[in-house]
Amino acid sequence: MVPLWMYLVVAAGLFSIGLFGVLARRNAIAILMSIELMLNAVNINLVAFWRYKTPVDLSGQAFAAFVFVVAAAEAAVGLALIISIYRRRQSVIAEDVNMLKW
Amino acid sequence: MTGLLKDIGLSHDLAVLIAKTIGVFVVGGFGLLWTLLGIWLERKWAGRFQDRIGPNRVGPFGLIQTVADTIKILLKEDIMKQGIDRWVFNLAPILSVVAVILIWAVVPFSPAWIGTDLNIGVLYLLAVGAFGTIAVIMAGWGSNNKFALLAAFRAVAQLVSYEVPMVLALLVPVLLSGSMSTQEIVRQQHIWYVFAVPLTVLIFLISSQAETGRGPFDLLEAESELVSGFHIEYSGIKFGMFYVAEFLHAFTAGVLTAILFLGGWRGPFAEDVPVLGFLYLMIKGLFVYWVLVWVRMTLPRVRIDHLLDFNWKFLVPVGLINLLVVALVWKLIPGTDQINSTADALVPTLVLLLVNVAMILVIGALLAERGRRERARIQARVAGTDLPAEALASAAD
Amino acid sequence: MELTVESVVFLILSAITLGGGLLVVTTRNLFHAGLYLMLSLLGVAGLFVLLAAPFLAGVQVVVYIGAIAILIILAVMLTPSVTQMPAIFNRNWALNLALAVLFFVLLVSVISPALDDLGVDNWSANFTEDSPAAVPADSIVQLGKDLVDPDQYMLPFEVASVLLMAAMIGAVLLVAPGKAGDEGGDE
Repeated sequence: MVPLWMYLVVAAGLFSIGLFGVLARRNAIAILMSIELMLNAVNINLVAFWRYKTPVDLSGQAFAAFVFVVAAAEAAVGLALIISIYRRRQSVIAEDVNMLKW
Repeated sequence: MTGLLKDIGLSHDLAVLIAKTIGVFVVGGFGLLWTLLGIWLERKWAGRFQDRIGPNRVGPFGLIQTVADTIKILLKEDIMKQGIDRWVFNLAPILSVVAVILIWAVVPFSPAWIGTDLNIGVLYLLAVGAFGTIAVIMAGWGSNNKFALLAAFRAVAQLVSYEVPMVLALLVPVLLSGSMSTQEIVRQQHIWYVFAVPLTVLIFLISSQAETGRGPFDLLEAESELVSGFHIEYSGIKFGMFYVAEFLHAFTAGVLTAILFLGGWRGPFAEDVPVLGFLYLMIKGLFVYWVLVWVRMTLPRVRIDHLLDFNWKFLVPVGLINLLVVALVWKLIPGTDQINSTADALVPTLVLLLVNVAMILVIGALLAERGRRERARIQARVAGTDLPAEALASAAD
Repeated sequence: MELTVESVVFLILSAITLGGGLLVVTTRNLFHAGLYLMLSLLGVAGLFVLLAAPFLAGVQVVVYIGAIAILIILAVMLTPSVTQMPAIFNRNWALNLALAVLFFVLLVSVISPALDDLGVDNWSANFTEDSPAAVPADSIVQLGKDLVDPDQYMLPFEVASVLLMAAMIGAVLLVAPGKAGDEGGDE
């Protein structure tokens, strides 16, 4: 089989891509997409470790399932926030939402 | 098949790969060829429902009408207007056909004939359904057209919403058979599930009619308001692909109902003669499909807010309660984890049937009560004005 | 790594996942970015299948592609004027890129056995196993039982459902017309 570290490298790559997106993109929706990428990278890790380290005990899969739940909740609330901000300020650029900064 | 390929000296992996590839072509090709006949059949039925004759010019009984239409559609100009999103626009029709063909991979045609007997078959059905939604959204966005975009918005609202009662209904056969594999669900139906859980069948039929975007739920392509919605900008073969996808999806919904609730390939001698199992499945599937066409041809289109209200305020609560009750009853009946013959299944089926009838009666009573109150409210308002009752009724929604 | 069917499939899926991810963060048109997101998520689902977790793969497609990604695309369509922004990255993007690359290099140096081969001791973690024990045949059944087993994950399971419920209500309240959105004056 493919050695474990290769899966981890793919996950690390996906996580870094997501990290760059979160830090560098201006559009709030793009930032949300990048967060989804990072969550997926975590899931790859969880499942890969489950498969290679503890294939009998299913904690890795169960954790991944919970990540799905959290991701769904996060997307719903995050998008609702973005839409309501857009309605008020006609903008989804993260830098424009700086009322709490000063 | 795999053994044969291994005999001529191929490695195991490669042999499996080739066998699977051939299987894909056979299953997919069957689906598409069936379309040629199926569309003719549907048009004939539609004609009868509307007191017409239907196609009758090309070939005997108009049998090769679909072939003629296919040739016509192939010869038409493929219009690509300015401002479209080229890749998205062109990918959408392909994706919509692929999404439907993929479903056929887990259809158990007979005890031995199945594309792949996935142990997550039912989940796979839902997963593949998601691609159809994406295809509609891509078509709506890529067309760069207001009406198409509106259809895309509706697609999100309608298709994603109706997936919820569909999941709730799909969970019931999974619960009863203790497996998510479609083949195993058919095997476990010593007595067809439709006799045990008729309410679930109803929920499944309604939500799959909405998922296919047909009948009273064809809001994605409503001619009178969206001028055919998401495929407004498509012409020629690309429109044809959407048409085929829609037809095949509706027929597949019938076949899936037959598999999940009508015993799939089950019937006399089906275990010994695979062809008979295939025939039984097709007949059952066609019957359900005929019911769906009947509904489509009979009921007028609903409004988008009514559609969503109906889903979230009626179907989803009913589906949830139905699932809970069935699960509870199934747990309370002794011996339901070891059902190996028709005799074993008889008592649980009867109990579930009684519970289902009770549930249907309660729901019917609640609906009747609601309707009575609504009518009384309108009557009370009519008494105070000069307007006819119908005007107020439509204003009240 | 010898070239078996599995490793070829792994490479293709990894390429789809990472390529899709890269396009998500670099594409200007957000609708396209949403589609690339779906592609990337599909690649991850394929990796799950390869890791003998078909149930998670199915859930990945149903939940991530069928619900989350479609919601994101819906949000993109609801905010149409911003699909073509003049600058897609903020001012610090070069710094952020360096940070992300550094992070990736650091992770890979720990994960992969490359540094061990180069003679650096006590740095790489030992993740080189490539023939794990077989997965039990009824692992999906077992997962279902574990999730509602009081000794295993019943509490997290219930908490997760409450979280979903709270998120749903919160999202509805946030975008409900004429409710929460109107307070807070002229901001």
